[in-house]
Formats: sequence, structure tokens, C-alpha cells
Amino acid sequence: MPKLPKLSFPKHRISAPELGVVAALALVLIFIMPLVLPGFRLDLLHRYLALAIVALGIDLIWGFTGLLSLGHGIFFALGGYAIAMHIKLQVPAGAASPLPDFMTLYGVTELPWFWYPFYSFAFAAVAVVLIPALLGAILGYLVFRNRIRGVYFSILTQAAIIVFFNFFNGQQKLFNGTNGLTDFQTLLGVPVRDAQTQYWFYVLTVIFLALAYLLCRWLTMGRFGRLLVAIRDDEARVRFSGYNPTSYKVLVFAISAALAGIGGAFFTLRTGIISPRAMDIAFSIEMVIWVAVGGRASLIGAILGALLVNFARSLLSEQFADIWLFFQGALFLIVVLALPTGIVGWLRTESHLFLARLLGRPQPLATYPELELDPEIQYERDVLKQEGKHPS
Amino acid sequence: MTPPILEIEDLTVSFDGFNALNHLSFQMETGELRVIIGPNGAGKTTFLDVITGKVKPTQGRVLFKGRNLRRYSEDQIARFGIGRKFQTPRVYLNLTVRENLELAGARQKGVLSTLLHPLPKPDRERIQALIETIGLRPKANFPAGLLSHGEKQWLEIGMLVAQSPDLLLVDEPVAGLTDEETRLTGELLVALAENHSIIVIEHDMEFVRQIARTVTVLHEGSVLCEGSIEEVQNDPRVIEVYLGAPLEEPTSQKQP
Repeated sequence: MPKLPKLSFPKHRISAPELGVVAALALVLIFIMPLVLPGFRLDLLHRYLALAIVALGIDLIWGFTGLLSLGHGIFFALGGYAIAMHIKLQVPAGAASPLPDFMTLYGVTELPWFWYPFYSFAFAAVAVVLIPALLGAILGYLVFRNRIRGVYFSILTQAAIIVFFNFFNGQQKLFNGTNGLTDFQTLLGVPVRDAQTQYWFYVLTVIFLALAYLLCRWLTMGRFGRLLVAIRDDEARVRFSGYNPTSYKVLVFAISAALAGIGGAFFTLRTGIISPRAMDIAFSIEMVIWVAVGGRASLIGAILGALLVNFARSLLSEQFADIWLFFQGALFLIVVLALPTGIVGWLRTESHLFLARLLGRPQPLATYPELELDPEIQYERDVLKQEGKHPS
Repeated sequence: MTPPILEIEDLTVSFDGFNALNHLSFQMETGELRVIIGPNGAGKTTFLDVITGKVKPTQGRVLFKGRNLRRYSEDQIARFGIGRKFQTPRVYLNLTVRENLELAGARQKGVLSTLLHPLPKPDRERIQALIETIGLRPKANFPAGLLSHGEKQWLEIGMLVAQSPDLLLVDEPVAGLTDEETRLTGELLVALAENHSIIVIEHDMEFVRQIARTVTVLHEGSVLCEGSIEEVQNDPRVIEVYLGAPLEEPTSQKQP
């Protein structure tokens, strides 16, 4: 009787081929796309790649860990504000006041204390990641420690985003209120809106997306990733296995918030504005839709979903400005009803069956090679053979 | 002298005024295999809930190796060395058999070691051996959701063993199993009792007779009596709480 091979325990390491594919795709985005796409489309692609970084974070907490955050706009906006504050402090030499332009408008004479550290680019760059991460960790700790889960968690994230929206919206003197921070001039001495500068921002976005993908991949592939899935599927059971789910959830929530912050910063650099509108509830819900469309618990799915939904939106709203919202609603319904695992989930599990049916091929029979070696199955097969009933 | 592995003193648990456990006292020595029986609603599952920290006592104490468990959360208690198998098998359906066992069997349960340290070789070998023991080697890489009910029961027992606790709490391990599977499960538990302390809750009297040394009967949240299976079965109070019928009749049916 053939013996089963020794059980393999996969290494917790991203394989060389996968690294190669990620690098190749990044190079295509960096070098080929700018040649192929007209400037306007490249602009959109850049924005959507920034949003894809956010989508990766959403997938990490929702797709893998089962935490449905409907308030990730907070972290997105904080990332955007952090980099925008640094840029707003680059006041041109000839200006009448050394303060950011909007402050003089509201009669502010002295820079608010918390703006000072943002003079340093290094601080601002770290703040893009750390402020959302710390806030995520604190909020997460308070919520998860008290075992608030499921729908209650989602409602809390909505409440949090309303608080933040109102705070930023109301503080004209601190953050220019509703108008947000805009009219960017220079960053590290180069003009922000220059085409060349924007190209470098684009390159950086691609690199950060690739790094974010690899980070999420590394997090989700090993025992840690399995534990996230276990928390999603049966958190109480995880406790009885001796794990404290709170620390795991706090960590992924903080990472997810940091990714949203990075995405928000790059998005802000491209659009040239960050305002409380980034904390619209609808926008945070859209983030979830990207992931649902692309495929929950699939990192490729999250990126694909962010790109597809947003490009569909821009194409459709160019043609029929009014119907995009209907289309978005329909898209979400279709995904929930017909493609619960999203596009990537469907590709993984059902597309080959669908293709076979389309081509009139016989349906492939699902079987497991290792089962063939099961002694019990061997035994039954032998019995059947003796009775002359087995086909082989 | 080493303290008993589990000591419960005057334990009361009430839910909105209803006493699920009522001034219950219980003691168990290290290495014992104890079976707990009792009619429905006797408080058997609440009993396990209190020991594992899922429910906090309203009154009284639970001491594990002399340590009062009141202050600790479920995961801390699990790390002290109390493992639990649930009534309906609770395995992670989207993870493979191997991954289920790996999660349960990892010695370090902290975030960083889970993330950074691969499972050490002895642990991997232990899990490999365990998969052979529970007979799931051909299905080691299947998602647990594809297993049959009996296989899930065995996987969960395997997870419990992988956790290598000092005290195993096993809630109805043979519910819904075939006679053959029941017999094998009994043998497995008896083998485990060589070097673990085990509490088994069970309805199936055939099975109880196969494994039991000492039986504790719970009734309305308190210990009704304790003794060998013969003593318990002939105790008139036990016969009475089982509706005046002989012990076997109402309980020999297996849970669906």
C-alpha cells in the first residue's frame, strides 16, 4: 500500500515567484502605464492605487478578522491632514504672514502648538503612519477589551467618524473647517503640482502599495493569519485555546488604520486637497464595497476591487452623471446575492466549472489526491473490485 | 502535600435569580478520570462554564491547583492548563485539520511569537503524531468544514490534547457518534487518563460504564451523590431524579 508522504508545514515566507510577480507588476505600473495612459487617466489610476492601499487595510480587518469598520475615513483623513499640514507650513518667503494662508484669514496670530512639529518633514511622514495607527490602537483596545463585536462594533465606528467629522468641520482656525487644507505649494522645496513631482508621488504610491501588499501577505499567510481567521469564525473558541483575541485585534486594527493613513496621504498629494469630506460616512462604506466586490479575505481581490469599482465609477459618471449611485447600489446587491465571495472568490472556486460548462466539456470531478491513499478507501475499492462492481 | 487539581467550594451561580448551580462543592485529585452525569438542566454545562471562566461565580470559589480562578479570563485559565471540548464540536471550519491543531498546539500564545516564530520542530512532530492518532492523516490538509461529524469530534479532542492541558473538560464527547466511534473515543480517553486529569460529562450510560471509575451525579445544581458506577446506579435518590425509572432508560438514547 502506498504510504502517505510526511506532513508538510509550510514556511512562513513569501515565495520568490510571488515576489517576482509583485515586482514585475510594480515595474509595469511605474514604467509602462505612464506611456500608455493619457495624463487624465494616469491621474485617476494614481488616486485609485492610493485607495487600493486603504482597501488592503479594510480587507485585513474585515475579510480576515471579521471586523467591519465603517469609519476608516477617519484614518484616511488623518493621514491626509498630516502631510497637508506639513505642506501648508511651507510658506513662501515673500508672504505677509509666516502662518498658513487660511489662518490669517480667520485672524489667527500665533501658530497652534500642535502644528509646530509638522515643520519637520520627517515628523509629518511618520505621523502619516503613526497617528492613525495609535488612534486605531487606542480605539481598538477600548472596544475590543470590552468584547464589543459584530454590528455593535460597526455602529461604534460610525459614531466615531461623526465625532471626527464634526470636530474637523468646526475648527476653522485649526484646520480651515469645511474647506479643508488645499492650495498646496511646495514639499521639500519642489512644487507639489508639477507634473514631474506628481510622477514621483505616483511611483511612491506604487511602491507603497507593493510594500503594503507584501506586509499584508506576510501577516496573513502564517499561523498569525490562521488565528485571524479563527477569531473571525469563532472568537470564543479562540479564548478557550488560550489566546487573548484582544491583542491580535488591536494589532491588525492599528495596521489597517496605518494603511488607511498612507493611502490618504498619497491621495491628498494627488488631489491637492484634504477636507472633512474624506470623513463622509458614504466614503467609508464605499471602502467596504471595494473589498466586497473584489473578494473578501483575498488581498488581490481588495486591490482589484478598489481599482475596478472606482474606474467603473469614473467611466459611468462621465457618460451618465446621474446613475452612478444606482449602479453602485446595484453592484453591491449583485455581489452580495450572486457573488458572496467577490470576483476573486468566484475565480478561485467556480470559474473553471463555468468555463467547462460554456465549452461543453464534462464537469471536472472534485477529488482529493491524498484521499486516494486512505487505507479505508483502498479497502472499499478492493472489496468492490472483488465483487466486480468497480469500473477499474 | 500537593493540593487537589480542582477544588470547588460552595459554588453558586445564578442567572436572574435562577440558581443554575446551588452551593455545589466538588473535589478532584490529580490524575483522576471523573464522569459527571445528571438529568437535563442539572447544571452540568454551567459547571464547566465556571471552571473555564466563561461564567463567573455568584458565590463560592473555584481553585485550580490551589489557585482561585475568579480573577482570570478564559484565555488565562486555558494557559494555566485547563482545556475544554465543547458539546457540539467547535473546530475552525475554514482552517485545515493541520492548522486547527497547530493553533491549539502552539505553546506560545502571544501576538509576537505567533507572528514571528515558526512552530518548533518537536511541536510539529507532536502534531504530526497526533494527526495519525486521531486517524485524520489522509485529510490533514482538508478544511475542517469538510469533515464528518465524528471526525470533527475527534479533531476537537485532538486539539484539546495538542493544547496539553493538565485538566481536560470533555462535554458529551460521543454525542452523535456510531458505536464503533464511541468505543474508540472511550479507549482514547482512558489512554489519556494515564497522564491527565479528566472530567467527562456524558449521557450515554454504556459509555460511562466503559470509562468510569468515579461518577458524580448532579441534580438541580448540586452534587446528589458520588461513587462507583454500581453504587450510583443503585442509589435510590439517583433513581428517583431520573423520573423514578431505572437509570438506563431515559438516558440510553443518544443525543441527536
